[in-house]
Amino acid sequence: MTTKAKAAIIGPGNIGTDLLMKCQRSDFIEATWMVGIEDSAGIQRARALGLRTTTEGVDGLVAGFSADPVDFVFDATSAYVHAENSRKVTALGAMMIDLTPAAIGPFCIPPVNLQALLDRGPTQNVNMVTCGGQATIPMVAAVSRVQPVSYAEIVATVASKSVGMGTRDNIDEFTRTTSSAIEKIGGADEGKAIIVINPAEPPLVMRDTIHCLTKEAPNETDIRTSIAAMVTDVQRYVPGYRLKNAPIIDGHRVTISVEVEGLGDFLPKYAGNLDIMTAAGLRTAEMIAQRRQSSRSSL
Amino acid sequence: MNFEGRHITLHDMCLRDGMHPKQHQITVDEMVDIAGALDAAGVPLIEVTHGDGLGGASVNYGFPAASDETYLRAVVERVEHSAISALLLPGIGTVDHLRMAADCGVKTIRVATHCTEANVSRQHINLSRDLGLDTVGFLMMAHMISEDALVEQALLMESYGANCIYCTDSAGYMLPQDVTDRIALLKQRLKSDTEVGFHGHHNLAMGVANSLAAIAAGANRIDGSAAGLGAGAGNTPLEAMAAVLERMGAVTGVDIFKLADAAEDHVLPIMDEPVRLSRDALVLGYAGAYSSFLLFAKRAQEKYGVPSHEILLEMARRKTVGGQEDLIEEIAIEMAAQTR
Repeated sequence: MTTKAKAAIIGPGNIGTDLLMKCQRSDFIEATWMVGIEDSAGIQRARALGLRTTTEGVDGLVAGFSADPVDFVFDATSAYVHAENSRKVTALGAMMIDLTPAAIGPFCIPPVNLQALLDRGPTQNVNMVTCGGQATIPMVAAVSRVQPVSYAEIVATVASKSVGMGTRDNIDEFTRTTSSAIEKIGGADEGKAIIVINPAEPPLVMRDTIHCLTKEAPNETDIRTSIAAMVTDVQRYVPGYRLKNAPIIDGHRVTISVEVEGLGDFLPKYAGNLDIMTAAGLRTAEMIAQRRQSSRSSL
Repeated sequence: MNFEGRHITLHDMCLRDGMHPKQHQITVDEMVDIAGALDAAGVPLIEVTHGDGLGGASVNYGFPAASDETYLRAVVERVEHSAISALLLPGIGTVDHLRMAADCGVKTIRVATHCTEANVSRQHINLSRDLGLDTVGFLMMAHMISEDALVEQALLMESYGANCIYCTDSAGYMLPQDVTDRIALLKQRLKSDTEVGFHGHHNLAMGVANSLAAIAAGANRIDGSAAGLGAGAGNTPLEAMAAVLERMGAVTGVDIFKLADAAEDHVLPIMDEPVRLSRDALVLGYAGAYSSFLLFAKRAQEKYGVPSHEILLEMARRKTVGGQEDLIEEIAIEMAAQTR
């Protein structure tokens, strides 16, 4: 019998609550703490589900940690408070999975570099980049693992209702963090990210276009195979991740478009941009937990 | 209507909105030449940027003939009287681009968002204002929402520090009454010293008429473009606008004949095709689609054999906003598959 790894969620808002619902189904992770700063609907919901809750913020978690320790902490708050949350949590020996754009730890796009991150040894903090990054960087990597990519550009189109004030107050952070991860994780020499917000009703499902410029003429057959395999990998944790058309190949340009429909756990289905963040965060914790378990059992 | 003594600031768009029909290929020499002619004609403000604003250089919107910085430095150097403005769309450009433009000597920054999304512009408007620049909030596709909803968004931009708010008819969809309603409420609800402007497209040939409606309702900044060079059927033809305003007694400081020379002798020769009210442009204005979609739809027609005006109609039906050019090829592929 395997025991599940325990996790705390900081931030009982839409993202934190959606993540909690995903944890409820997980074979490897059990959410045991919900951390907030007031007795909000999210805290009450978590309490009703039997989680330990605190409204004292991360300090409440720290105070109760020895009685109720966790292996993982998901931070679903904001970049502004993440650094402090991370410092306090990692001091206790828990691993931080950062869903904010703070990016203190290394970027993590599960199907692209999680394995490599784990092989590198223990990491105290990993960052889940941005919603646009989770949705598009797997596709950039799918091309760059076939042949060198000199430039990759992504356009994320998202429903207005799925973009929170954190993103709106600092939309440049989306642009910068995503561009940087396109290069570092996607493997393109140069990256660019664009976000378009559309207020149409009913809200549109997240849609992303990924343009890659290859150095040599694109190897069409291998690129198609690689993309199909990567789509399958992402679908393991985001079943609503779909290729819209066959990739368009025009000269050295490879254009891929995907649609990301969420599971509709707590967030609405159109908000695939948020769903892919919570799903990727959980996927990361699950893979690490699995690995720890197998290394223990092999001893 | 009589605008006797009214001071109206005319703002030329041919070196920014005009980048769309030129597929962003206006050369630095052409920009400098045209800016010199506009400067000589007394045009007070000239916008110079990639068609999609600072940082617009991309596969998605097109790579320009030169960088924003190269264009801006060259033009700022050339003009003697005109001030130079730059456009910035949050989500495409960042505060880094804004700082670069300010460093080049740009005096006006226009921060553009879709008409319902003003709250993505806070950091850019804040910075522009902190840098002491003339700071404009530019609410695009303003036909898609009511005047009340538009004012709510305008108030946000004003609260971030914008000293001027634009009602932007990106699709060339509005009729004079639509303009009157929006501008009048903006004037009523914004601070008395906040300027109000109107940016038109000529897709239903309403550029001048709509701009007059805007002025009558209280706007004092009007965008237009020499020879109309701009997306769709182009912008409000600036030389016609200036002539009409002079006949109506308004003060623009623009020399009509020199502006006509600039349009005829400097702008017209660089056009790849005449900017005109084509079938595609008509559909943009009639259905309400973003004007810079036009050439993308034409290219998709060539590649996939689907009529460009049908693609544009579909873009309007899907309530697309500025920046969604990437959807055009996908729609063309879908339409081609359906007809097969």
